[in-house]
Amino acid sequence: MRQGWAPRRTGAPRTGVDQFLTVLRVFAVGLVLIGLAAFIAQEINTDNAFARWANPDATGLTGAQFRGLVVSGIAQGAMYGLIALGYSMVYGVLGFINFAHGEVFMMGAMTGMITSNKLADAGLWESNFIGSLIFIVIVSMIVCTLVAVIMERVAYRPLRGSPRLIPLITSIGVSFFIQNASIVLLGPAAKAYPDVPDWVKDKHTFIQIEGSRILVVVVAAVSMGVLWYLVEHTKGGKAMRAVAEDAEIAALMGINVNRTIVKVFAVGGAMAGLAGILWGILFRSVIHTTGFLPGIKAFSAAVVGGIGHLGGAMAGGLSIGVAESVGPLLILEPLGVSGVSQLRDAVAFAVLIGVLLLRPAGIFGERLPAEDRT
Amino acid sequence: MSDPDAATPLLEMRQVNTHYGAVHALKDVNLAIYAGEMVCLLGGNASGKSTTLKTLLGMVKPTTGQVVLDGEVVNDRSTAYRVERGVTMVPENRRLFQRLTVRENLQLGAYLRNDSDGIASDMEWVFELFPRVKERLSQKSGTLSGGEQQMVAIGRALMSRPKVLLMDEPSMGLAPALVKQNFELIEQIHEAGLTIFMVEQNANMALSIADRGWVLQTGRVVLDDTAQNLLNHPDLRASYLGEA
Repeated sequence: MRQGWAPRRTGAPRTGVDQFLTVLRVFAVGLVLIGLAAFIAQEINTDNAFARWANPDATGLTGAQFRGLVVSGIAQGAMYGLIALGYSMVYGVLGFINFAHGEVFMMGAMTGMITSNKLADAGLWESNFIGSLIFIVIVSMIVCTLVAVIMERVAYRPLRGSPRLIPLITSIGVSFFIQNASIVLLGPAAKAYPDVPDWVKDKHTFIQIEGSRILVVVVAAVSMGVLWYLVEHTKGGKAMRAVAEDAEIAALMGINVNRTIVKVFAVGGAMAGLAGILWGILFRSVIHTTGFLPGIKAFSAAVVGGIGHLGGAMAGGLSIGVAESVGPLLILEPLGVSGVSQLRDAVAFAVLIGVLLLRPAGIFGERLPAEDRT
Repeated sequence: MSDPDAATPLLEMRQVNTHYGAVHALKDVNLAIYAGEMVCLLGGNASGKSTTLKTLLGMVKPTTGQVVLDGEVVNDRSTAYRVERGVTMVPENRRLFQRLTVRENLQLGAYLRNDSDGIASDMEWVFELFPRVKERLSQKSGTLSGGEQQMVAIGRALMSRPKVLLMDEPSMGLAPALVKQNFELIEQIHEAGLTIFMVEQNANMALSIADRGWVLQTGRVVLDDTAQNLLNHPDLRASYLGEA
């Protein structure tokens, strides 16, 4: 029943650490609940006593502001989710965190920037925006797939079979390598995407959402659906899941384990490339450090969702995206914390800590009795 | 058909030596398994039983000697190639893909095959052998009972349509009542026409259903006889059946 929840070691006496964790859990849940209550109180009437007690300067949010925050949170969260898929899938088959994955995403954003500027110079970006967009998505996915596959071949395959800490540290090295390679090739300055057509910037439909956000969410949803189909319903996908669970027995079934691992890196890279373009659409600027923070947040998203679980990666991405967008104004502002809009990153990682406190295996994480990776 | 000695063995080890680094795990091992037989390899811990299976399947390469599958020397061939040519294994402790459904486990057993009609009819055959498996098809295999998992593990191996089925410690990790049921399953698939090579510690049980057997001790074959003679052999009785 309690599987996956914070472990209550049956039989073992509760230690000081357990008590400390319980206090932390109560504090975290309490903070969120009081913040929410204060927010609701303020929304009802900014002058009621409880709201004033929580934050004397409270103003509350308008409906339009709230919707705007949620939608931008969903759009960014969808992007985090796409990056998180790569972390989660690689962890699933190899059992280590590929910290260079954020850099693959950055390469995707860079590739998109270069190709879209070339298209803009040729005048195609304005005249045929959707066509150009599809083109830069394809180019970026190809480049990122290649980067990820080469990374696996050069950096990780020679280390197969060594303790898990070693590829992990290697991945940090690969991450620095790619960042610095980007400085050498493209320079250290931030570079801009060309201007997008008006309909992308304009607000649409009855709830007034920016076109770029709709575009990002639709693209992410479609690619997630395609990936889910590939993994759940194709022979190659079954092979991936089999290798993830037991590579030795997968080989006994006749599955080529190395080729399957390459496919996993390729798919993760393609998703990161796509996410890089989404970054370009949302922020229209890219620099060599672009991969770092989204990468770390996507890794958090993978953990929040339950690492190794595809749906979990997407759900984790959306939770972190929405939480960092809505959380500061929904929970911290009503509590009278100052400068809340600077705290989005803190909120994103607080979600990670909160989930790990309450449900260590992640939202969708499951622990099977046979799970003893070595 | 004719005299079995005149026929080509389905699977054979000729003077095989296998090393793990400095450890000499198999020493001049000769084995021959003929079509239709049920044979077993007995031995204690670290006697080289698992190494024998790994060498036969190509997960470990022999240093000298030959592994011959259906008349072809397969020393340099991959596991996948050997599986395609008709040998597979039911691993120790079943090792099902627990997060995958029973159906997916069976489908993975047929991973190298492309004849969808043949796969479908073989799946029907597995259901005929083990009707319980059919009831559990869309369940995650990790949720099955030990006995059911054993059926799926055997079924998964049968899905590659093997000529020889290797079984690694089929009685390992099962409750005593299930061990007996398990050996009945093995007899059942043997009667269905499969050649079986079984590696076991439970000598009594294995010899009661096998035709012939070998006893392995620190990597060397020390006894090679019919199951009946092995059962009555004083050394074996002393070392494996706990009788002085």
